Amino acid sequence: MKYLRKVTTLRFDETRCTGCGRCFEVCPRNVFGMRGRKAFIVDKDLCLECGACSLNCTPAALSVESGVGCASALITSMLRGGEPVCGCDSSTGGCC
Amino acid sequence: MNKLQIDLTTTKPCCPTPLAWPAKPHVLFPRLLSVSKAQSWTCGKITTAAGDVFRVSTKLSRAERFNMIKCRISGFRMSYVVQPGLYAVGNPDAASDVFASANYKLSFDILRRALAGMNAWILVLDTKGINVWCAAGKGSFGTDELVHRIGLVQLHRIVSHRKIILPQLAAPGINAAEVLKRNGFSIRFGPVRAEDIPAYVQSGYAATRAMRTVRFSIADRLVLTPMEIIPAAKQFPVFALMVLLVFGAQPTGIIFSDAWSGGWPILALGLAALLAGAFITPLFLPIMPFRSFAIKGWVVGLFITFAAMKTIHPYSEQHILVAAASYLAFPLVSSYLALQFTGATTFTGMSGVKKELTLAIPLYIAGCVISACFIFAYKLVQWGVI
Repeated sequence: MKYLRKVTTLRFDETRCTGCGRCFEVCPRNVFGMRGRKAFIVDKDLCLECGACSLNCTPAALSVESGVGCASALITSMLRGGEPVCGCDSSTGGCC
Repeated sequence: MNKLQIDLTTTKPCCPTPLAWPAKPHVLFPRLLSVSKAQSWTCGKITTAAGDVFRVSTKLSRAERFNMIKCRISGFRMSYVVQPGLYAVGNPDAASDVFASANYKLSFDILRRALAGMNAWILVLDTKGINVWCAAGKGSFGTDELVHRIGLVQLHRIVSHRKIILPQLAAPGINAAEVLKRNGFSIRFGPVRAEDIPAYVQSGYAATRAMRTVRFSIADRLVLTPMEIIPAAKQFPVFALMVLLVFGAQPTGIIFSDAWSGGWPILALGLAALLAGAFITPLFLPIMPFRSFAIKGWVVGLFITFAAMKTIHPYSEQHILVAAASYLAFPLVSSYLALQFTGATTFTGMSGVKKELTLAIPLYIAGCVISACFIFAYKLVQWGVI
C-alpha cells in the first residue's frame, strides 16, 4: 500500500552519505537500499515521514519534516493552533 | 530463586551525566527497581547488584487477554500502564539480552509473551502509557528517557555488556549514536514485531527485511476499526435528533409520526455512511481505488448510499430534494470518516494528509451547506410556501 505520490518531504544528499546503513536498518517501509558504500532511495512514495532515518543519520545526509500522518491531529492543530500531535486521548479516533 | 552472580569489578559506569546518574537512585526506588509490589503477572524476584527486580510471567492471564480487547474498543487503553523500570524474564544474568519497551501495558504484555522460554531483561521506559511507535514520534520514547532510565535502574551494574535491543519502531525517537556517546550503550534495533524476537535472537541478531517492514494486513486493520466506529457512533444521537426535528417540524409544531416516517430512511442512510467510511473503507483499503483516503471513502460512501437508497425505496423515490441532499452529504460523511483512518495506518505521512485536508475540508463544508439548503427548500415545498 502506498500513499499519495510526490508529497514526502524526504531529502537525500548523496554526497554526505557515509554508507553506514542506519537508514536502511531503521526504515520500516523499505524506502532505502544500499549500493556499494552509499545508500539510495528505492521508492520515495513509500515514505511516511516518521523521521527515524533523519534522526539516526549522523552525517545529516537525510532530512525529513517528520510528523503525524493523522487527520484528526492535523484538524485539531488547524483549529486550536500549535503543533499537530497525536491526541492519544479517548476523544480522538484511531490514532495510537 | 536464583541469585545473580555479577562480578562488580567488570562493571564500570560509563560517561556519567547528571541526568543519567541521580545521586541516590534507591531513594526513588526504595526496595525494587520496578513495581513496588507484586502484581498478578509477576512471579518472584531476582536479586541483582543494583537491587531486587521482579520476574514477570510470559503467559498472559485471562484478565490480561480480556484487557487486550478492551484496549481496542474503548478509552480504557489510555490508563493501561505498567510502572517503568527493569523486569526479568526467566533467569537472566549479567550476559543476558536487554529489551526495551513502552509502559503501555499492552506493549509490555506483547513483549513478555514473545520472550517465553528466554532469559532476558525488560527495560520499561516511561512513555506516559503510550505505545512504542506513537511515543517515539512524540519523543517520549526518546533518547533522553532511554539514557535517564538506564541510569535510574543502574543497568551498568546489572549487565556486563553494553548493548540494548530496541523495537525498530522506536527509531523515530532514539538517536542511537547519541545514546552511545552519552552512556556507552550501543543500540540494536530489533524487529518491528515482538513475535519475531526469538527468530531474531537465534539468527545472531540479524533482522530480515520482512522483520524490518511494518505490515498492515486485513487483521491489523480490522482490530483498529472499533476505534473508528465507536467515536463516530457517539455523534449519531445528535444527528438523529436533528433529523427527527427537521422531518417532524410542521407550521403547527412537531408531528411525531412525520418525524419518524420522514426521518428513518435518513437515519438508515446515515448509519450506512458511517459504516462505509469507518468500517468498509479501512477493511478493504488496498482494493479500493485511488490513493487518497478522502476519495476512497467518497467512492465507497456513494456506492453504499446508492445501495441503501434502492433498498429503502425499491419502488418509489424519495422527494428529489431529499434524495439530492442525501447523495451529496452522505458520501462526504464517509469520505471524512475514511480520512480519519489515516491516523491509524502504517503508511500515511503528514504531508499527504495535509494535502488531502486542504482540498477536502472546503468541499465538506460546501457539501454540508448545499445539502442543508436542499432540505430547507424541501421543507418549504412541504409546507406549501413555495
